[in-house]
Amino acid sequence: MQYMLLIYSAEGSGPQPGTPEFGPFMQGYMDFTEKVKNDGKFVAGDALQAISTATTLSIRNGKTDTMDGPFAETKEQLGGYYLLDCTDLDDALNYAAMIPTATYGRIEVRPVVVWDN
Amino acid sequence: MLPSHTLQQAIDKTVREEWGRILAALVKTLGDIQLAEDCLQDAILSAMQHWQKNGLPASPAAWLITTARRKAIDRLRRDKNFTSKQADISYLIDLEHQAEDAFQTEIIPDKRLEMIFTCCHPALEEKTRVALTLRTLGGLTTDEIAAAFLDRPDAMAQRLVRAKKKIALAGIPYQVPDQLVLPERLSSVLGVIYLIFNAGYSSGAGETTIRSDLTEEAIRLARIIRELLPDEPEVGGLLALMLLHDSRRIARSNTAGGLVPLELQNRNRWDTSKIEEGAMLLEDILPRHRVGPYQLQAAISALHAQSPSWDATDWPQIEALYQMLYEMQPSPVVYINLAVAVSYASSTKAALEMLDAVALDGQLDQYQPFFAAKADVLSRAGDRLAAKACFQTAIELSNNTFEKEFLQDKLIRLETRD
Repeated sequence: MQYMLLIYSAEGSGPQPGTPEFGPFMQGYMDFTEKVKNDGKFVAGDALQAISTATTLSIRNGKTDTMDGPFAETKEQLGGYYLLDCTDLDDALNYAAMIPTATYGRIEVRPVVVWDN
Repeated sequence: MLPSHTLQQAIDKTVREEWGRILAALVKTLGDIQLAEDCLQDAILSAMQHWQKNGLPASPAAWLITTARRKAIDRLRRDKNFTSKQADISYLIDLEHQAEDAFQTEIIPDKRLEMIFTCCHPALEEKTRVALTLRTLGGLTTDEIAAAFLDRPDAMAQRLVRAKKKIALAGIPYQVPDQLVLPERLSSVLGVIYLIFNAGYSSGAGETTIRSDLTEEAIRLARIIRELLPDEPEVGGLLALMLLHDSRRIARSNTAGGLVPLELQNRNRWDTSKIEEGAMLLEDILPRHRVGPYQLQAAISALHAQSPSWDATDWPQIEALYQMLYEMQPSPVVYINLAVAVSYASSTKAALEMLDAVALDGQLDQYQPFFAAKADVLSRAGDRLAAKACFQTAIELSNNTFEKEFLQDKLIRLETRD
């Protein structure tokens, strides 16, 4: 079963580039990525650019509306994701707890829909 | 042929006693709580007809589980999506064999532990965990659960449906967690059982019997868990705690349905068999030196239960136990109880200092138990004026009629005292 681990945090929170904490923090991500690959769980995973780069599109009555910014202006924003192949929710939660951002942001764990046929 | 009312009773009895075990076994095979529940309901309907004609089978539970499996096969065959998948057809055949085996051996595998861990999974809301546990393990109907929690039946039904969907779609596993997460998960299970107990225990005499039945249901659930996880002392601790509390059930309410405080209870009305069982459990588990909050609370309750009178209570021991409990659970409730124990064991002055210190940050400004406890300590310290003010605040903050009356009584006694 595939699980999407969505990484949310407030921009500017957590270790920032240029600080002594940033190196170990990034190393934490590299270690985690390596671990999920070695464990055979990794399907995909990426970090996203800051929300200042986001564009939101919608079509209403045939008219396309393009907006600068993210879909919802909330404090905590989607900053990246991992797509993992896990046995069950417990397995997925176990990996979610290893993501460095979990200690100051949040990880939302969502099962991926499997279409019949 | 059995008269239909006795038959109905026999079915009710089997369903009541065996519901959790049968359902848990069915979920294990079918992998879906909703499907298992629907099939078990079908089987119960068939039982009414068959048992009417042929009498009670040797093992009603085995009959129900076999029939439920056959119903499952029927349901899955009708489900086009299911039979279109080659892999699942072999599963269907396995299921048929299992149905045959069950008839022959009459052995129902006990999967209740797996089921309670699923129902009490932290990915579910707490109230949902309670409701689901009562439904799946306790065999209570949705209407009964709704009545017990003063919910609308349709809202409760919705909640249960959503929960079962989440379990299936999110892949909440049907298994006993591994050692790494077991303590955390077990504490969620025990928390749910204790919530069920307290929902029953805090109900007034005038309330529905469904609510007071919840205490028995919680004790029954704890017995099951203890049987299945005998090496976890906190399970025994919770069971002991509930038995000891429950031993005072009759003594704690007066004929008018009012609440009688521990110090005024007629100790002859306490249920000695429950006290003995609770104390024996503690004798078995405390020497294992894996003390937890439930064991400590049970030990405190046992000291009260075994004391011949309020005045003879072993307060220094109770204070020491609350101190240990506070180290594990630094909550205001525990702290207030610790202060009350200090007021009896040491001095009311020391207790008042503790209460004043904890109130400094203002977080307890609306906390009813704080004022009730402080009023009591103040009145024993002889500060009647301050005690009166505290009693009045406590009465204002209380939203429980019995509690209000109890505090009112204390206030009146304080005012009429020489």
